[in-house]
Amino acid sequence: MHNEIKWEVKVIIKALKAAFPATIPVLLGYLFVGMAFGILVENIGLDYFWAGFISATVFAGSMQFIMISFLKSPIGLLEVGLVTLIVNLRHMVYGISFLEEFKRMGKLKPYMIFTLTDETYALLHSAKPPDNIDKKLFYFFIAFLNHIYWISGSVLGALFGSMLSFNSKGVDFAMVALFAVICTEQWTSFSTHWPALIGGLATLLSLLVFGPDRLLIPAIFIIITLLLMTKPGLEKKIQENSEGE
Amino acid sequence: MPQIESNPINIVLVVAAVTFFTRIMPFLFFDSNKNAPGSVIYLGKIVPPAIMAMLLIYSLRNVAPLKYPYGLPELIALSTVILLHLWKKNNLVSILSGTVLYMFLVQKIFS
Repeated sequence: MHNEIKWEVKVIIKALKAAFPATIPVLLGYLFVGMAFGILVENIGLDYFWAGFISATVFAGSMQFIMISFLKSPIGLLEVGLVTLIVNLRHMVYGISFLEEFKRMGKLKPYMIFTLTDETYALLHSAKPPDNIDKKLFYFFIAFLNHIYWISGSVLGALFGSMLSFNSKGVDFAMVALFAVICTEQWTSFSTHWPALIGGLATLLSLLVFGPDRLLIPAIFIIITLLLMTKPGLEKKIQENSEGE
Repeated sequence: MPQIESNPINIVLVVAAVTFFTRIMPFLFFDSNKNAPGSVIYLGKIVPPAIMAMLLIYSLRNVAPLKYPYGLPELIALSTVILLHLWKKNNLVSILSGTVLYMFLVQKIFS
């Protein structure tokens, strides 16, 4: 059942070529948001090496921006760890959709887990590999290209951010648009609209109650609770869905 | 009292390690769907549309509907993305057109 990946140049290039178009929205977002991060790193007196190093090893957008303040006015490591845990807690939910898929990826599995950002999670759900393409390599290149975009943006921002004259205001809307496209697709293809409605309403409620900076954890808590409560009804609907495929 | 840390490398390593931990958590508990409880497998299937809706709203969390420009650039660009996507069903066309439109709106119209 484990098909080994064929590491042949032709197969690799084909997968890379198929994966690239799917990642263009993330290219836009990561390059420019990464540059914003690089500029901040440079502003606190660290150089492009640090910008690239942080983006390569952490690879988590919002956490890296929060981290800037830790680097600027240092605090205890325990506190750093706790804040990271809370900010990135949502990632714990992402993996459960990919238990089987990543298991099949063999040696690439740790890297796939390491690079599972919001945007990569979204692309892995929406991008469909063409028939003649190795699916595992296709998924790998989506993750890998996103990682490269993020590192490149950070390094470029730290190096040249201060000389940037192109008005890039608003370019990060590419990320909003990416999520909107995937929501639209899932809305039209999924057998039940309840998960999307629950997700949207839970997040709006959390936004109103907890404000923009603390909304994710309560939102995920409400989502998981409601989805577990409605399991008897919804499980039947998704079974019909997978049979229909 | 925890010791105050001023070496960047220690901070970076802690953030990197904890971030990776949050990502690997489910894989540490469940090797595959075979040894995962039914409710986890169910969540794995049902949670993506809910999380996508969450991420969409999260990405718009700083829009202020009561202050100028009242979230209008977001509303206009977002509607364009969704309608374009329902019509053309092409990810790139929808995302790039929406982004260019949004940049034009915030830079030229509502600047």
